[in-house]
Amino acid sequence: MSDAPHEPRQHYLNCDYSVRSWLLTTDHKRIGILYLVSISAFFVLGGVMAGLLRLELLTPHGDLVQAETYNKFFTMHGITMIFFFLIPSIPAVLGNFLVPIMIGARDLAFPKINLLSWYVYTLGAAFTVVAMVTGGVDTGWTFYTPYSSTYANTNVILTALGVFITGFSSILTGLNFVVTIHKMRAPGLTWFRLPLFIWAHYATALIMLLGTPVVAITILLVALERGLGIGIFDPAIGGDPVLFQHLFWFYSHPAVYIMILPSMGVMSELVACFSRKRVFGYAFVAGSSMAIAVLGFLVWGHHMFVSSQSMYAGIIFSLLSFLVAIPSAVKVFNWTATMYKGSISLQTPMLYAFGFVGLFTIGGLTGLFLATLAVDVHVHDTYFVVAHFHYIMVGGAIMGFLGGLHFWWPKITGRMYPDAWGRLAAVILFVGFNMTFFPQFVLGFLGMPRRYHVYPPEFQMLNVLSTAGAVILGLGYVLPALYLAWSIFKGKPAGDNPWGATGLEWHTPSPPPTFNFEQTPVVREEAYAYDSQLEGHRV
Amino acid sequence: MSEHSAQVAHQFDDATQQYEASTLGMWAFLITEIMFFGGLFAGFFVYILGHAAAFAEGSRHLDLALGTVNTLVLLGSSLTMALAVRGAQRGDRRGQVLFLVLTIILGVAFLGIKGLEYAHKFEQHLVPGPLFRMEGPHAQSAQLFFSFYFAMTGVHALHMIVGVGLLAWLLVNALRGRYSAEYFTPVEVSGLYWHFVDVVWIFLFPTLYLVARHV
Repeated sequence: MSDAPHEPRQHYLNCDYSVRSWLLTTDHKRIGILYLVSISAFFVLGGVMAGLLRLELLTPHGDLVQAETYNKFFTMHGITMIFFFLIPSIPAVLGNFLVPIMIGARDLAFPKINLLSWYVYTLGAAFTVVAMVTGGVDTGWTFYTPYSSTYANTNVILTALGVFITGFSSILTGLNFVVTIHKMRAPGLTWFRLPLFIWAHYATALIMLLGTPVVAITILLVALERGLGIGIFDPAIGGDPVLFQHLFWFYSHPAVYIMILPSMGVMSELVACFSRKRVFGYAFVAGSSMAIAVLGFLVWGHHMFVSSQSMYAGIIFSLLSFLVAIPSAVKVFNWTATMYKGSISLQTPMLYAFGFVGLFTIGGLTGLFLATLAVDVHVHDTYFVVAHFHYIMVGGAIMGFLGGLHFWWPKITGRMYPDAWGRLAAVILFVGFNMTFFPQFVLGFLGMPRRYHVYPPEFQMLNVLSTAGAVILGLGYVLPALYLAWSIFKGKPAGDNPWGATGLEWHTPSPPPTFNFEQTPVVREEAYAYDSQLEGHRV
Repeated sequence: MSEHSAQVAHQFDDATQQYEASTLGMWAFLITEIMFFGGLFAGFFVYILGHAAAFAEGSRHLDLALGTVNTLVLLGSSLTMALAVRGAQRGDRRGQVLFLVLTIILGVAFLGIKGLEYAHKFEQHLVPGPLFRMEGPHAQSAQLFFSFYFAMTGVHALHMIVGVGLLAWLLVNALRGRYSAEYFTPVEVSGLYWHFVDVVWIFLFPTLYLVARHV
């Protein structure tokens, strides 16, 4: 708050500039930034793959790449984006940075384990990159057996080990969050005074702890089967490839909630701040995060309606999948109700929040189509599925990530980005995203299967539209990279609380000092006390 | 900021908070371990339904005597581990060192016996893969049993090796007198891990050596 900029204050960024101080840091804020750099690199890599896929699909013929190459591209696009970008995105960057500050702690409970998680991530990433550079992998990101264990002639073992190793970074992050949220809250910060961002991360951390080890052992078994002949999924000796699918989706469906729940946490912060209102039905929004985490573990079979899974199991899984819609809808309705009669300002983060609500609703509702047994038989493995999960993962998770990044950027860097550019990028992203993926719903419904590099000529118009949308979408991603980077050097100083937001993170300077607070804060009110702020202070 | 003793890390307010966080952290980690082994157990029990005779045949090829001895060895190591933790809690340095050494010896003994069993399986061509040889009508599917046997006991042995490493680290620190009645968290937390690895074997032994034999 001081207006004496000539005496630079010591904070976590300028306390030590050496490379060593970054690589050996145990400061959760710096580790968050290490993660930001790493996942951004993988986002670019995965984005380039996506660009090549869309370029190939511009025409019905396979004129850019061979079928085998195309298989490798979509596999590596999926693996990169899911395991190395989306899963760590919000938790490991924004969560790492904000969880301790939001609960008034000096750091996470286990700072060294936090740093270890980044190194584990990097090691897993190195394995995967080596696998990609030395020939790639073509199993699809799902590693389905027996193709992955017996027939594929690509770098399956190396990639599988990379995914296996990276899983542990996710477990370590989850472990740190659970313990930190349980044991390190500031005095007065009761469970029901926690920001909803924290609730969302708590739910996410539980999924990371309970789900990741299952996919770890599953992927390890695939690697063992390929490498050593320990053939648990091998049909030749009586093994069951469908067991692989069960074990894989037991994690990989909840993994979707690892991607979307933190985004929902960001959403609650954004909607409350830019509507100047307490979140409507706070306890329900908090509880719905936990409900999604629990229900998420009971729906994996909806990926297997057309496998040899029992029809009766399919019916149960279908029903349970419908139930996930309830807590998801609670969130959407409550955000909308929060905006109702709020004093809304349309700054950049809020535009992302609007985008999220619309895109997540479309993604969620089409999820219900897919959870319906008969409809799923029709659209299974078509572009309908591709469009559905991109609406959740890109339209939901990435919109939330970018919204959060724009919201806390002034806190992280101490600088403000140009809001006009921010709003422009948000609009471009929204338009580009819909143009890319909405035609894919239609394509899928018309019967275009996923994972092929050629298609019948009657699908070309919609594919051209989708590819054109991808160009706009790409532009939408390049813009924030440019102006955010620019703002680090040239942006005007942001001040401690540029949005007039509540929450402990706004009560410490921007950028925060190494131990976050001069004194351990004491919390005396509920989260999002924007009403009392209106009465008491100037906003 | 409250007074910080040397053993309380900077992020914690006091020793109690640190102790509670560390134990909760280990419990949370052990839950992930339950899920890790749980995937294998789930697969095993799914398969035993479809391949009961083959699994029984495979199980009869395991060395029940060595398995039983190993179970006793590991149970003994849990006792000595508990005594080591008690020694640390009382600030009894000699007790800590003695019981840590005993636990390490028992842990290594377990791994040695396990290695012996593995060696026999190699000699008898019971390792899944192209060299697998077994008489009888269930030879094909018995490979599944041995796939589980090696995957489950192998992953367990890996955890034992990590555990012995932890114990060695504790021993070095105990010899230096780092643990006292006020600060014994690492010993207790490692003890939790050791007991967990023991409990996994308590499930593995009957599953592989006893239940499968009789289905």
